[in-house]
Amino acid sequence: MKNVIFLGWFLLLLASCNSNVKKDNRVTQKQDSTGLKASIERGKTVYNDMCVTCHLPNGKGVPKAFPPLADSDYLRENQTQSIKAVKYGMSGEITVNGITYNSTMSPLGLSNEEVADVVNYINNSWGNTIDHFVTPEKVSEL
Amino acid sequence: MTMKNIIIGLILTSTLACAQDKNPKNIENTHEVIVSDINIPWGFTFLPDESMLITEKSGELIHFKNGKKTSIKGLPDIYLRGQGGLLDIILHPDYNNNGWIYLSYSSSEGEGSGGNTTIARAKLKNNSLTNLQVLYKATPNTTKGQHFGSRLIFDDAGYLYFSIGERGNRYENPQDITRDGGKIYRLNDDGSIPNDNPFINNSEAKTAIYSYGHRNPQGMTLHPETRNIWTHEHGPKGGDEINIIEAGKNYGWPVISYGVNYIGTKFTDITKKEGMEQPLHYWDPSIAPSGMAFINSDKYGDWDGNLLVGSLKFQYLDMCTLQNNKVIKEERLLNGLGRVRSVEQGPDGFIYVGIENLGIVKLIRK
Repeated sequence: MKNVIFLGWFLLLLASCNSNVKKDNRVTQKQDSTGLKASIERGKTVYNDMCVTCHLPNGKGVPKAFPPLADSDYLRENQTQSIKAVKYGMSGEITVNGITYNSTMSPLGLSNEEVADVVNYINNSWGNTIDHFVTPEKVSEL
Repeated sequence: MTMKNIIIGLILTSTLACAQDKNPKNIENTHEVIVSDINIPWGFTFLPDESMLITEKSGELIHFKNGKKTSIKGLPDIYLRGQGGLLDIILHPDYNNNGWIYLSYSSSEGEGSGGNTTIARAKLKNNSLTNLQVLYKATPNTTKGQHFGSRLIFDDAGYLYFSIGERGNRYENPQDITRDGGKIYRLNDDGSIPNDNPFINNSEAKTAIYSYGHRNPQGMTLHPETRNIWTHEHGPKGGDEINIIEAGKNYGWPVISYGVNYIGTKFTDITKKEGMEQPLHYWDPSIAPSGMAFINSDKYGDWDGNLLVGSLKFQYLDMCTLQNNKVIKEERLLNGLGRVRSVEQGPDGFIYVGIENLGIVKLIRK
């Protein structure tokens, strides 16, 4: 009984730290092309260099200051805007998972390939399964 | 493991995972927006006519005079990547006579791809920078996007101090005085190296280095009474620090730290070591400090002498009350206005604060 209580408590604690525990229910077909895998791998390096300070290793960001990338409705629904944000930076008000953010992300100075890689990494990390293989060519058109 | 230990473990885990800043909100303050519509006001300074020069990280230098913004031309080539860009700006202490303006920015000048922190001076003429002289350029260039440092100050003796962060290379740069990065530097105002710099007799060393073992200092100011150099630096998770800088000293990064990696893993087991300085204060959780100034005027009553530090992460101006070089109280000013990037006391004795996506505001005590 004791153990059950503690387990319950532990889950509660975890849930209380997670502002949005709802998972993306969309069934997406996992792409396992080696191209995507390699891109995600390179994207991880870019992420840990350029993004991790604000968006954090778990992609959860900081409420009101740095929007989450993990389980983010904005990211799911605004892929083009999101890629443009990585490419050109972003400024002004956006709403992510019901919380308003009004900050500035300055242009990161990434190459088209780095933009594609880091978006592929973000789209496929922390439980994200956004079925959208971004290529440098697509980035160059934005 | 006993049940008690498990419980303690659970409490610690949940506390760390949910780490929030508990500093109380001070409600005795308000603000007036002085300059609006600025994205990232990395640094700003006041000209003798009380107009302002403001750096936008994205590479624009703004002259704000009589309510009007003018974009200054003639800027050097700026390497925009990650946290790099156009960074801090200050005037020479004898600006009235010599007109020198000092700037820090990231530049890709020199060999290798990428860039590194650069310190230059120039004069302002007809809305353009002229006579630009690069005084220091850190090497090597790197495409790493983080930890450029950049804060500039002059001390009373006329030496120029500046910070350069460790550029995302913690295991090579900060503890090695033959390499740039993770250091506070000291130069003469013309860029030459003072002959009493601490490592001047070390033929291998970068002799501009004044102190080392830093991670990413982005706040630097003179204490109004002791005239010592105070800095703060971004630590890893839970390891932001305030330090008083002294010649030749080692501030310990990454050998000692009160923080852990962003992902929560440890990189060191020690917080103290002989030959390495202890911080005057550290923040856990990290507030992501940027900008630093003491209140040194009669405009704020008994707040005079308090230390102000911007918090990027929690979006407030942290007012630290000090006693015998210890932070004994922290309060949130300008709570929730936005990410605080820069803090300066103006010539009128009021505190001005650069806030992202807002501009420059004047702090008012109610």
